[in-house]
Amino acid sequence: MNLLLLLCIPLITSLAILPVRSRAMVRWISLFGSVAQLAAAVFLFFAYNQERDTGNTAVVLFEDHFKFISNPEINFHFGVDGIAVAMILLTSFVLVAGVLVSWKIEKMTREFYFLLLLLALGAFGFFISLDLFVLFFFLEISVIPKYLLIGIWGSGKKEYAANKLALMLMGGSALILVGILLLYFNAGHTFDVLQLSHTNINGQLQKTVFPLLFIGFGVFTALFPFHTWVPDGHSSAPTAGSMFLAGISMKLGGYGCLRIATFLLPEGAREYANIIIILSAIAILYGAFATMMQKDLKYINAYSSVSHVGFSLLGIGMLTQTAFTGALLQMVSHGVMTALFFAVIGIIYDRTHTRQVNEMGGLMKLLPFTMTAFFIVGLCSLGLPGLSGFVAEMTVFVGSWENADAFHRIATIAACVSIVVTAVYILRAIGKVAMGPLFVNNITKGMESNSMKDATWNEKLALIILIGGILAIGIMPEWLNKLLKPSAEMIMNRFTGN
Amino acid sequence: MSDFFLIMKQELAVTAIIFFLLIVKIAGKSKNVEWLPWIQLLLLLNFIGGFFFIQSGTLFADMYHTNGLLAFQKNILSLGVYLISLLCSDWLKKSEHLPEFFLLMCSSLLGMFLLISSGNLLMFYLSLELASIPVAAMANFDLHKKSASEGAMKLIFISAFASAVLLFGISLIYGATGTISFDSLAQVVTDNPLQILAFVFFFTAFTFKLSVVPFHLWTADVYEGAPIATTSYLSVISKGAVAFIFITVLYKVFAPLETVWYWMLVVLSVLTMLIGNLFALRQQNIKRFLAFSSIAQVGFILVAITGTGVDSMASVTYFILIYVFSNLAAFGVAAIISEKTGKENIDEYKGLYKTNPFLSWMLAIALFSLAGIPPTAGFFGKLFLLTAGSVKGNFWLILIAGLNMVISLFYYLKIVRAVFMDKNENPVEKVLVNGYAKMGLVICAAGIILAGLIGPLYDYIRELITIFF
Repeated sequence: MNLLLLLCIPLITSLAILPVRSRAMVRWISLFGSVAQLAAAVFLFFAYNQERDTGNTAVVLFEDHFKFISNPEINFHFGVDGIAVAMILLTSFVLVAGVLVSWKIEKMTREFYFLLLLLALGAFGFFISLDLFVLFFFLEISVIPKYLLIGIWGSGKKEYAANKLALMLMGGSALILVGILLLYFNAGHTFDVLQLSHTNINGQLQKTVFPLLFIGFGVFTALFPFHTWVPDGHSSAPTAGSMFLAGISMKLGGYGCLRIATFLLPEGAREYANIIIILSAIAILYGAFATMMQKDLKYINAYSSVSHVGFSLLGIGMLTQTAFTGALLQMVSHGVMTALFFAVIGIIYDRTHTRQVNEMGGLMKLLPFTMTAFFIVGLCSLGLPGLSGFVAEMTVFVGSWENADAFHRIATIAACVSIVVTAVYILRAIGKVAMGPLFVNNITKGMESNSMKDATWNEKLALIILIGGILAIGIMPEWLNKLLKPSAEMIMNRFTGN
Repeated sequence: MSDFFLIMKQELAVTAIIFFLLIVKIAGKSKNVEWLPWIQLLLLLNFIGGFFFIQSGTLFADMYHTNGLLAFQKNILSLGVYLISLLCSDWLKKSEHLPEFFLLMCSSLLGMFLLISSGNLLMFYLSLELASIPVAAMANFDLHKKSASEGAMKLIFISAFASAVLLFGISLIYGATGTISFDSLAQVVTDNPLQILAFVFFFTAFTFKLSVVPFHLWTADVYEGAPIATTSYLSVISKGAVAFIFITVLYKVFAPLETVWYWMLVVLSVLTMLIGNLFALRQQNIKRFLAFSSIAQVGFILVAITGTGVDSMASVTYFILIYVFSNLAAFGVAAIISEKTGKENIDEYKGLYKTNPFLSWMLAIALFSLAGIPPTAGFFGKLFLLTAGSVKGNFWLILIAGLNMVISLFYYLKIVRAVFMDKNENPVEKVLVNGYAKMGLVICAAGIILAGLIGPLYDYIRELITIFF
């Protein structure tokens, strides 16, 4: 399978909608493009599995080289391993759902979809790149779309949120850049991830570069205390923007932390593992407790994202193979779950014009479909068996428990405690919004209650796609596990020295 | 003899344009506006012609030399002048003294060409004067504007001061070494105190021309007062040429003093980035804003110069090429809006997207490129500058530069926010962009997007430099 296809489809789609005048055409072209991308991603998944089944044990498959610049040596070196395939699948699912959910955007429709597709292009490019420079390029591509999506189509303190997000992510990028250049000049003048992984990088250098890369990528994935852009950014963004931010952009950071920083610099990772654990345990607990105090549905999901993403980072800090697998599972699971959550919130807000939990109630009667999705995502968030959250968090815990000393045990237990807190805020929010007597603040102000229609076809489709993802991971996680495990093992081998 | 024509063909072409303009002025009718397309055509031909029959060689007892690299750099400058003639065509059309403006600009361009080709301190000084004196007249081209006269006055004084310092430095160098030829200087320069003193004077003159902090104070006033055509010339062409010769002089002539100027450069680059950025944060006038942003950009150029000769020359040449596109696009939009509506305040740009989507996107692309955000070429330009700067392993400098990129992003986003997001009761009315300006903007935008993604371009520049530098 030619990986360039994954770049070409969003690129061509985004260029194709630029000259189009009619809104409907823009939507349909975007939908067509994103579905084509999804098809390509699914095809990649099967092709990848088939290739692995035939016994191909190369680190990455479907490699492609294109010379870009010879000095400093930069190549478009593409290739995927299991982690990348999983992330690409996730991204294309969220992309389709995001396009569907934004069907009703009336303000500058063309620009909106263009930026959305550009954002997706950055993510796809990031996941298939094996050259640090190119990877950085794709990571940075998403800054403009994020900023404009929040700033133009957002709500609330959108300018503030957009600025904060752009500056914090850019700050993270600056650290990554210095880290990459340090590696380039001190470890064999190459940006190539695979070549670097064969180079013997001396311990001192690893200990210098690792924090730069880890914090840099960590900013993207809400590493405590650099998580502050998350609540503002997520809650101000338009629905599809939030879905992308939480579902995909945060995964870019997680992927970078594990697949780049930890993979390339095992000694550095070992040096700082305890700090990572402490920070992520704080993030997990702090995020959970902060969520309890939130009244706004989007803020609830944003803070709970900080908590949930903390599990990924905790898994990385634990440095065991199971924990790595768990961290990856959690990334994928959280990506789907949080996208679904934001989609549901978007639908609710569209109907009720409020996101305050205490301004609604009993919506189950009016919006049965949406509320069912809300239930599912809530239960997934609190880790109910059968849904994806359980599988992922459980794996992280098991992996963490493999470390037998008191420090790791305490961190694990602290993280476990957060699940109880999660149950409290999720059940409270769902109970308030879905159950009880019908009550919407705006309706009492004279809005007709029968004017509220349940999800339209496009929204239903988006919800179904994402729910399908949650169930697929929750009920039979083996297919995902099979993808992620060898790659986690490969990263682990860097620590055990095999 | 034919060699002479080939070697100096770029200078001769510009001279021919100058004579053509003189004839137009003397013999032409009182209305000069209809000459504009012809002048633009000549400038375009001058740019295209620069790519053909490139020959290396030296003339006038090594006072003048040229080669493929210098020809390429001159082409960048020619391209910039051509783009300015397109982008500022509205303003130029209104001007009563259209041929004179081009006359001055081309004289200055000729000076720049000779400057980067000079192989001798005397030639260097003469061409620098030829390059800077016409600019002072250009700065005062809006005769009725007081701020223009003020800016022009400041420019003249500062140029004169810089020249004096430069001449003093040159005379000390001559006194200490007995030669003014670059080649022989490189053999005899040592780090004895007199020579270091001479070098510091010499160096200072450069920092004036590049508006490096702390010698940047003239920049904002001149930029604000001068017509935008002049401002964009000053900020792009003039800086580009001086940066090219600066690198040559440092690495070819004063290489033995590297320990001296390395730390000077590090300190100055940090100061320049930081102060340029901090002042840019608070600007309200778009021209002043771009002035401070261009100061900060020079800081990034200095970071690259701390690397090695080849690396810094390659990345700076590439960066200037991109900078021509990005900065001229930003100035071009400002020029169009200022000419049609007289609005130059950033606050007045609020809601521009509603009325002028084309100009807004052009401005946004230019600003993102200046901020160094992909997929624009500015990203690659900045990154190669920083890569060149980290060759010697001074990663603190790179970290500081990276953080400065964050600060600069903040103020570039401020304008993007004003244009796209802020609401405004009476935004800039719909502006009719004439065909030339539109073409200029489209060329700039295409350059901004393509120059980065076409990898072989950088390879080509680097190859030129490994051959000729």
